[in-house]
Amino acid sequence: MKKLSVNRRTVLKGSTAAGVALSMPTFFHSKAYAANFTNAPTGSSVTLGFNVPQTGAYADEGGDELRAYKLAVKHINGEGDGGMLNTIKPLSLKGNGILGKKVAYVTGDTQTKSDAARASAKRMIEKDGALMITGGSSSGVAVAVQGLCQEAGVIFMAGLTHSNDTTGKDKKRNGFRHFFNAYMSGAALAPVLEKSYGKDRNAYHLTADYTWGWTQEESIKNSTEAIGWNTVNAVRTPLGAGDFSQYITPVLNSGADVLILNHYGKDMINSLTQAVQFGLRDKVVNGKDFTIVVPLYSRLMAQGAGKNVKGIYGSTNWHWSLQDAGSKAFVKSFGQEYGFPPSQAAHTCYVQTIMYADACERAGTFNPCGVVESLEGHKFDGAGNGATEYRADDHQCFKDVLVVKGNENPTSQFDILEVVEVTPRSQVEYDPKIFGGNLGACNAGKA
Amino acid sequence: MLKNFVNKRDLPVFLGFIAIVLLAPIIMAPLGAGYPDLLQKFAIFGIFAIGFNILFGLTGYLSFGHAAFLGVGSYTAVWTFKLLTVNVVPAIFLSTLMGGLFALLIGVISLRRSGIYFSILTLAFAQMAYNLAYSVLTPITNGETGLQLTLNDSRVIDNMFREVSKTSLPSTDFFGLSMSGFSGFYFCAVVLIICFYISLRIFRSPFGVMLKAVKSNQERMSYTGLNTRPYTLAAFVISGMFAGLAGGLMAVTDPLAGAERMQWTVGGEVVLMTILGGAGTLIGPVLGAVTIKYFENIFSSLNDSILNSFFSFMPEPMQHVFTAVAGLFVGEGWHLTLGALFVVIVVFLPGGLMEGIGRIGKLFRRGGDDGDKKEPAAKFATPAE
Repeated sequence: MKKLSVNRRTVLKGSTAAGVALSMPTFFHSKAYAANFTNAPTGSSVTLGFNVPQTGAYADEGGDELRAYKLAVKHINGEGDGGMLNTIKPLSLKGNGILGKKVAYVTGDTQTKSDAARASAKRMIEKDGALMITGGSSSGVAVAVQGLCQEAGVIFMAGLTHSNDTTGKDKKRNGFRHFFNAYMSGAALAPVLEKSYGKDRNAYHLTADYTWGWTQEESIKNSTEAIGWNTVNAVRTPLGAGDFSQYITPVLNSGADVLILNHYGKDMINSLTQAVQFGLRDKVVNGKDFTIVVPLYSRLMAQGAGKNVKGIYGSTNWHWSLQDAGSKAFVKSFGQEYGFPPSQAAHTCYVQTIMYADACERAGTFNPCGVVESLEGHKFDGAGNGATEYRADDHQCFKDVLVVKGNENPTSQFDILEVVEVTPRSQVEYDPKIFGGNLGACNAGKA
Repeated sequence: MLKNFVNKRDLPVFLGFIAIVLLAPIIMAPLGAGYPDLLQKFAIFGIFAIGFNILFGLTGYLSFGHAAFLGVGSYTAVWTFKLLTVNVVPAIFLSTLMGGLFALLIGVISLRRSGIYFSILTLAFAQMAYNLAYSVLTPITNGETGLQLTLNDSRVIDNMFREVSKTSLPSTDFFGLSMSGFSGFYFCAVVLIICFYISLRIFRSPFGVMLKAVKSNQERMSYTGLNTRPYTLAAFVISGMFAGLAGGLMAVTDPLAGAERMQWTVGGEVVLMTILGGAGTLIGPVLGAVTIKYFENIFSSLNDSILNSFFSFMPEPMQHVFTAVAGLFVGEGWHLTLGALFVVIVVFLPGGLMEGIGRIGKLFRRGGDDGDKKEPAAKFATPAE
């Protein structure tokens, strides 16, 4: 008769088998049968995921975005003074959360890297049960996270992302953008540049060597060449170069009389500061004063570049000095909370969060497909940019664009940009087909 | 049969490793890390670190360039998904192969030097690979935006054999088994176990002994008339294949490849993982990978409101002080915590976490049975010289 012997090996074997068996339940209960869409809320609260760069080159923007998100959550939950909830028309939010559920949030650090951003967004979706992901301070990251949200079946509300691709060739049904894009920058800037600098100019581009830089260079080139300008040269500079002197010296002898800096963040601060230090703006070329243009401005960047931005033109999505009711309400509650005015990144993130909440409220569901349907083609006003529409064809918001100029006589450290012109929506509109791409079908996730 | 499969002495460790890996979703849940994406990362970076350890732990050659192979693996996998099929088998096979090929190319040149010169050469290659992927080779890598699947991909094999949706993107699968969520983790876990087994066999083989000899005194090896280059090159290529495989798996669980995967900081991260866990030990690199990924994903997500509720048992003023102090080390301060931990480990436990585990083991043994030399923990805590 065979004796049953228990030795260490059989114990280990047995425990391994038991372990495998034990882990099976987690394998199956991965919230597959719990609901008919990803992360359907069951309790008394809903979770939103705020995914912003907290470290790295865009940490300043990210910090301001996070402040805006927290403020938006407060207002949606009916705390504080309500901010834009009082000015946006139409609006279904009642100040008691979304569909009666209180809004909670989780945060993450994208590090301005696609991998880290996706890992962080996945944590929010898989672990924290986030229904909507929002954030980003770089178009690469925004495109990557938008793709992830589409696959996972949650809504993505893009934060600061300016590349044409986000709602162009990489657009997704589950993703929406309130911020403007490079094409609109070009279309808004060109007439102002024509008015101040004339039709006969020679432009020299310095461009950050990645997708956003390229789309902006292309858009600005197209719109300036349309007003008769000549493009002398377009030079690509590595991202985060720090020292731009080797790129700026050739500009002096190129015969160009306008330098266009397709840079953002610290790159823009460095290249602009160096261009001014090299005396470019004091030069006279072809009988005209040499000028510099920064197509995408942000107040945080202008602050970094200090007095070098005086008189330099650029475009921006929103500026805190606007005097409409929505902007005033937002600046007031942001100032009360944090003690300084919000940046354009903060504004777009705040509006995106409110509009998501409103869309759920109007749709009567958190189901992403329902939310998509109620946001597509939605028109609203009172959010600081005048009449605004989420265009159904590409999920890009269409609204007026601001052309700004570095303030010659700033009255405070925040009063750096002055609004020169508000370019009407009709002038920056384009055919959605020109960038290609395909929205695909909406995805509600696990059924 | 099992005797030929694993050395008798290593069997408990191997079986224990399998058990812990397969039970990871349960073990990690109380730590807030029991969700699929992070578990997948644990397994994938475990593979990456195990491979790196075969080079660094055994031969002592410190490479900063392994991120390049990781990136190559990812790009290869995504292109396989785009051109051939979303079934992961060809992607994994090809990404391992490409990782090995690139390692061969870079290894042949870099291994002409040793020590710091070797490290700098690998670093230079990694930086070149990163810049190529970031801008020069944009048509292949899609630059900064990263390579993603699109609806217009050809997917030749899929189009021949199965129904292809025209409106929604396909997701990767292993003959129908989805590669996201927990099934994705178990797939990675099985690959991790296979890689661990391979590494174990290499450590115990004559080849492994030869690599350890290179580490302890390469000059003496050459004086005996032995050419060490083929051995180091083989170790370099094997670790490159592990890295390519890890990169491929990253794309399998999340079909996207970005250039930042090739940045030297990623190559530095795997060095940290290996040293933190214990270079030259079998389990150390996996432990290091888990620790670093845990910090990156969980510590960075803690914010003040979570801390406040954590310290809520204290009186109000104390709660605010504790939240303010702890707040420096979580959220955006997670790098700081990781740095502090790394300093502590390198100063007090040069053999990494495995040395710590070994010391704890010794403490217990001193209390009970004196000097049981056969205890496996002690065996694994000693780094290869």
